Amino acid sequence: MSETILEVRDLVKHFPVQVGVLFKRTIGHVKAVDGVSFDLRKGETLGVVGESGCGKSTLAQVLMRLEKATSGTVKFEGRDIFGLKGQELRRLRRDIQIVLQDPYTSLNPRMTVGDLVGEPFEIHTEVAPKGDRQRKVQELLEVVGLNPEHINRYPHQFSGGQRQRIGIARALALRPKVIICDEPVSALDVSVQAQVMNLLDELQTEFDLSYVFIAHDLSVVRHLSDRVAVMYLGKVVELGTDEQIYEHPTHPYTQALLSAVPVPDPELRGRREVIRLTGDVPSPVNPPSGCRFRTRCWKAQDICATEEPPLTERLGHLSACHFAEEHPHVAVV
Amino acid sequence: MAETVYDGSSGEFVPPEEVTAAGGEPLLQVLGLQVEFRTRDGVAKVLNGVSYHVNAGETVAVLGESGSGKSVTAQTIMGILDTPPAFVTGGSVKFKGEELLTATPERRRKVRGEGIAMIFQDALSALNPVFTVGFQIAEQLRGRRGMSKAEAKKAAIELLEQVKIPNAKGRFGEYPHQFSGGMRQRAMIAMSLALDPEVLIADEPTTALDVTVQAQIMDLLSEIQRERNMGMVLITHDLGVVAEVADRIAVMYAGRIVESGDARSIYAKPGHPYTIALLESLPRLDLKGQQLNTIKGLPPSLTNIPPGCPFNPRCRMAQDICRTEVPESVALGDGRSSACHFTGELMQRV
Repeated sequence: MSETILEVRDLVKHFPVQVGVLFKRTIGHVKAVDGVSFDLRKGETLGVVGESGCGKSTLAQVLMRLEKATSGTVKFEGRDIFGLKGQELRRLRRDIQIVLQDPYTSLNPRMTVGDLVGEPFEIHTEVAPKGDRQRKVQELLEVVGLNPEHINRYPHQFSGGQRQRIGIARALALRPKVIICDEPVSALDVSVQAQVMNLLDELQTEFDLSYVFIAHDLSVVRHLSDRVAVMYLGKVVELGTDEQIYEHPTHPYTQALLSAVPVPDPELRGRREVIRLTGDVPSPVNPPSGCRFRTRCWKAQDICATEEPPLTERLGHLSACHFAEEHPHVAVV
Repeated sequence: MAETVYDGSSGEFVPPEEVTAAGGEPLLQVLGLQVEFRTRDGVAKVLNGVSYHVNAGETVAVLGESGSGKSVTAQTIMGILDTPPAFVTGGSVKFKGEELLTATPERRRKVRGEGIAMIFQDALSALNPVFTVGFQIAEQLRGRRGMSKAEAKKAAIELLEQVKIPNAKGRFGEYPHQFSGGMRQRAMIAMSLALDPEVLIADEPTTALDVTVQAQIMDLLSEIQRERNMGMVLITHDLGVVAEVADRIAVMYAGRIVESGDARSIYAKPGHPYTIALLESLPRLDLKGQQLNTIKGLPPSLTNIPPGCPFNPRCRMAQDICRTEVPESVALGDGRSSACHFTGELMQRV
């Protein structure tokens, strides 16, 4: 097992809900991330899946130190990122980068591609001396499969897939060790999505990158991830290797999520057992007591309302369910 | 089922729509539809001869990437294209044999809602934020069916119950922002059903939703369709959703139908290189591959569609003929058709 590069322990991020204009009163908290722990190992891809509102994007922002955690620690190469200041913090910013979901809004329309990709060098001048910048930017464009001659073009002259490549080039500029990919392909068409996924895969080998790959599309996550964490309402409910999660899921939510994914094969229509969840995800301001999934779970018992099931090893990998067991019909074959 | 495969030798092209529509009049038929957008940057040929049909009780999936023209086709059928910039330059849209493109605005309005209804991808922007959900459903019942306020309210609540909105009575007076994403989509389905349409066009109905909610909405749509024996046009880019619900598929690329036929046989043996590539580029939940097969390049710009087959710059099989001649749609038997010069060879492979 290779060494841990990012260590996350009991990470909590609550956002206050305030009312009033002049005198703000806090009437509650949105518990966006509520006690998440995992390790990211060197060179691996950790997939994070979950539905909207489960806290995956907040998690990305906290890992980037764009938001300060309410409590808990994130250690990058053994050092707590929330304790860093000045030079050390700058250094950290180089090492952890992010690729965002929407390639249309994440690029400034008034900057050329050269400016966008070269902007990190303005701040981190030690990476590329001034005279060297244009050449560096062109190299980066080539690495992500764009024409280096397009350095003076503007984002609107590119398609969605190409823009996402610009975003990736920008994330690569400072030679980071970890890239957090927050839904990097969900805004793209199928044929272009495959191109970007292959690119991410190649870059990982070439630059020895570790990815935290956040997505709601379970097939995309399976394709790229070595290990997968399933999130529900701010908590990780199941974590394991891609085989453990996709072929032997033990948490009812993972099972329901997997069975709800439409399989592109009409021959399987009506032959697959599908678990249909009722209702919507509860509000993260006021999550259910005990197990957060119990309001939609078909296995829920009294204990689920009173006692929160911890994420511990059950049947070979981490699962947070009192009644963790494999479901006979769900395993993806 | 005996499979008659076009062998490419006879040279006889049969427009596939004449074959497939032979058994009686379809509920909704689109034939050779052409639409262009006249913009400052030139004329974009958005639809270049689109044909498909829907029978009662049948789901036809229109599959394609963004910009392939699937939504524009739907908007032309509904008569809600913005003119200008969009102009219908050819083709026909028939609802139960009646030509809609030349019908009077009054007649079109009547067909819209009562004959053909449509639901949209983004329910939040499709619903009016300043009126209650109940009011928006009841409004059409009062205006089009002449119901009194009380009758319309009762009917609207029944509709909300049909789409399984819990506590429909209480929800009647709520505003769209008080609904969750799935609930909003249900409310929009209720609204589209208010006037008992015979055809429902669903334009990416679940794209904005999470998988577990998507499954609920697709179940609801299938159930309603069965109960009412509606024809359904499902517009989507999701190959998984198509495989789960579609009876027939029409694959669109650059404003053309490149392949159509029944869902099972297309997934089992696609007859057009684009369909093949699309299926191969899909990450699968049940298979973990190393590299995904990609389609190189990008869809063409509609102001500048390449000569010959529009897919030729991205096609692995492209030959000289593909760069000069637009392939006709060829009937492959069993209601299937494909617009590729080499579809005969593709269909003969094992």
